[in-house]
Amino acid sequence: MDVRNRFETPEMRAFREEVRTFVRANLPEDVRRKVAQERMDLPRDDQQRWHKILRAKGWACPGWPKAHGGPGFTDDQRYVFEREIAFGDAPRSMIYGEGMLGPTVMAYGTDEQKRQILPGILEGDVFWCQGFSEPNAGSDLASLSCKAERVGDHYVLNGSKMWTSEGHIADWMFGLFRTDNSGRKQEGITFLVLDLKSPGLTVRPILLFEGTHEVNQVFFDNVRVPVAQRLGDEHKGWTIAKYLLSLERFGTAEVSRSLASLGRLKAFLKDHDPFRHAPHQKDAIERRVAELEMELDALEITEVRFLFKHDGANEVGPEASMLKVRGTEIQGDIFELTMMCAGGAALGARRDETGTNIEATRRGQDSALPYFNFRKTLIYAGSNEIQRNIIAKAVLGL
Amino acid sequence: MLPTLTEEQRLLKDSLERFRQQDYAFEKRKGQLAKLGAKDDPVWAQFAELGWLAATLPEEHGGLGGSHADLALLMEQFGRGLVTSPFVPTVVVGATAFRLAGSGKQKSEILPGIAEGRTKLALAYLEAPGQLDPAIVATRARNDGDNFVITGNKIAALYANVADHLLVSARVFGQPGDHQGISLFVVPAHAKGLAIDAYRTHDDGWAGDLHLDQVHVPAEALVGSAGSAHSTIEGALDAGAAALCAEAVGAMWSLHDLTLDYIKVRKQFGATISSFQAIQHRMVNMYMKCQLAQSMALAGMAALDSSDATARRRAVSAAKVQVGRAARHVGEDAIQLHGGIAMTDEYAAGHYFKRLTMIRLMFGDEEYHLRRYLGR
Repeated sequence: MDVRNRFETPEMRAFREEVRTFVRANLPEDVRRKVAQERMDLPRDDQQRWHKILRAKGWACPGWPKAHGGPGFTDDQRYVFEREIAFGDAPRSMIYGEGMLGPTVMAYGTDEQKRQILPGILEGDVFWCQGFSEPNAGSDLASLSCKAERVGDHYVLNGSKMWTSEGHIADWMFGLFRTDNSGRKQEGITFLVLDLKSPGLTVRPILLFEGTHEVNQVFFDNVRVPVAQRLGDEHKGWTIAKYLLSLERFGTAEVSRSLASLGRLKAFLKDHDPFRHAPHQKDAIERRVAELEMELDALEITEVRFLFKHDGANEVGPEASMLKVRGTEIQGDIFELTMMCAGGAALGARRDETGTNIEATRRGQDSALPYFNFRKTLIYAGSNEIQRNIIAKAVLGL
Repeated sequence: MLPTLTEEQRLLKDSLERFRQQDYAFEKRKGQLAKLGAKDDPVWAQFAELGWLAATLPEEHGGLGGSHADLALLMEQFGRGLVTSPFVPTVVVGATAFRLAGSGKQKSEILPGIAEGRTKLALAYLEAPGQLDPAIVATRARNDGDNFVITGNKIAALYANVADHLLVSARVFGQPGDHQGISLFVVPAHAKGLAIDAYRTHDDGWAGDLHLDQVHVPAEALVGSAGSAHSTIEGALDAGAAALCAEAVGAMWSLHDLTLDYIKVRKQFGATISSFQAIQHRMVNMYMKCQLAQSMALAGMAALDSSDATARRRAVSAAKVQVGRAARHVGEDAIQLHGGIAMTDEYAAGHYFKRLTMIRLMFGDEEYHLRRYLGR
């Protein structure tokens, strides 16, 4: 029995068709092209335009309940929605605001904080970034040392945050700061939200080796943050972070995105038939494509089994770590194969400024970039080594 | 990389190490790369001055008569230092084509120029995305009196934009895929009807797509006889592939060393990450891949001296398959074991990884060479 049959009721089929038609009719073509080029460095304007289109339809923040302006999708609807968004080459949702901070504020924020924070995310007017990692706190996040010192009704921040994705296009940051050093390292961490325009704060770009600008280092030099911008209790931020990171793990399997990427590879092979003079090689490539399809099938079914085991996606346990591990590994394999299939055409680094060089992409000329860029996915959001540690500890009891 | 070194080879190695550690240290590399597309690239002049361009060329044509062992030594050091230049297209692939099939006149005109750093070459043999087989030639050359007229398109010709002469494969009879019927022509860079669309490659080198619209060349432009250039091109590509394998081995050892150094200083969870067995085993796997790739690269390079073309093909293909797979493994794991820092532009690991990946794509990837090894 295929667990995916739950999406094949008449209602779900009608919903899927509605989403598909909507994306086709409303997604701006220039944005679609960038997503189809596997770009994760979408400019603010592109993300915002699409978000506002979804907002007008009532589909912005698809994981949010109606009470906070979300569509209030059932888990089944949410699953089908995300899948269609991916197949239609629409941008990923704005993970930091709507995916991470929003649900966390709903769970831990005061009513005042909900009023202040949630509408900006819902309307797509306020962009958020995440201040978690530091130069010496990566996989070992709890060892973070960026300091927040309580002075009257403010915290004074000193230190730096590393690998801040979208820090250069965001308005606000949520982050973890060290307020006490006396106990266990997980204690003494406080969760704050702050305006990136605060005096004393600087954002330094970090260029990736393939040339994209996605991440930054953020420096704090006596940055003052009002105590009212603290989420939860002082020194108790680790609990909130764990909740927030469990949301992040859930979003990183990217099965539908991978199916879309594999679809593009198949289209490339069909259009160019590059191995028509080399039947043995064609056979070998077709086998690899088929194997990747099967791997994705296994991952997708596993994802559905995990997500719909309980009522509500947030109940997914530590076994979800394997979705991130396999999801990113398979994604890497798809991009590697896509690049290898382009052969000599993959040598060129020809992405243009507007990202709309679809002709070059069709000819395989941008196909090495995703392979390079997506190596980060095996490192970020809890490296795959950390995910394996989680499974070892929390699932297998080792 | 070589088991033993002669006195001359020791001196050559010293000069290469000095260059890559001083003039081409990673902090200086960006500055050097900026001049790479220029005709008067100072790095190339330095290569000539140090005798590296002449090292492997025959003595009767201005070279120093070095062996394939010397080539292995040069390439390994280029790999270790991430030295980016038109060396392989010019001194290895281009010169080999002339040595295999060029006329006496061609050799005496072209090879001394290479040795002195005056002449650069580029081979244009690919025509479509995904295509790797030099027999798939649709570009046509037709006779016009004593001339040939070439029309067609080529892609991904390495350093086509800085080359003085382009070696262009074109079909005089037969169909794409046929070994017979392919000719190789020397086309001057400024030939009428030739347009080059140049672009940077991911490893910070250059390549160009060629559009040839009724390019007229004289009969003397033929390298070898008409219609029988396939084995010449294969021989030149094998020399190039063997050289790239040696370069890849150097690059892999550099990644190995960078990673080994980093895991010994990076601390997480109160310990250096090198103390974790999960990390140790992956480091050991990297080490084993480097050693095995080195063995295969040496065997591939040695096979270039073989008079048996089948044996040469098998050895070079075996090396390219093994080295290519090791390059992926070592490149990906070097980045993973480092974590985020290796994703950045300012750290060397990602740049080694890009070069290794481009090497996998050049002169036939693993699937192509696996097929060729099987004789298919």
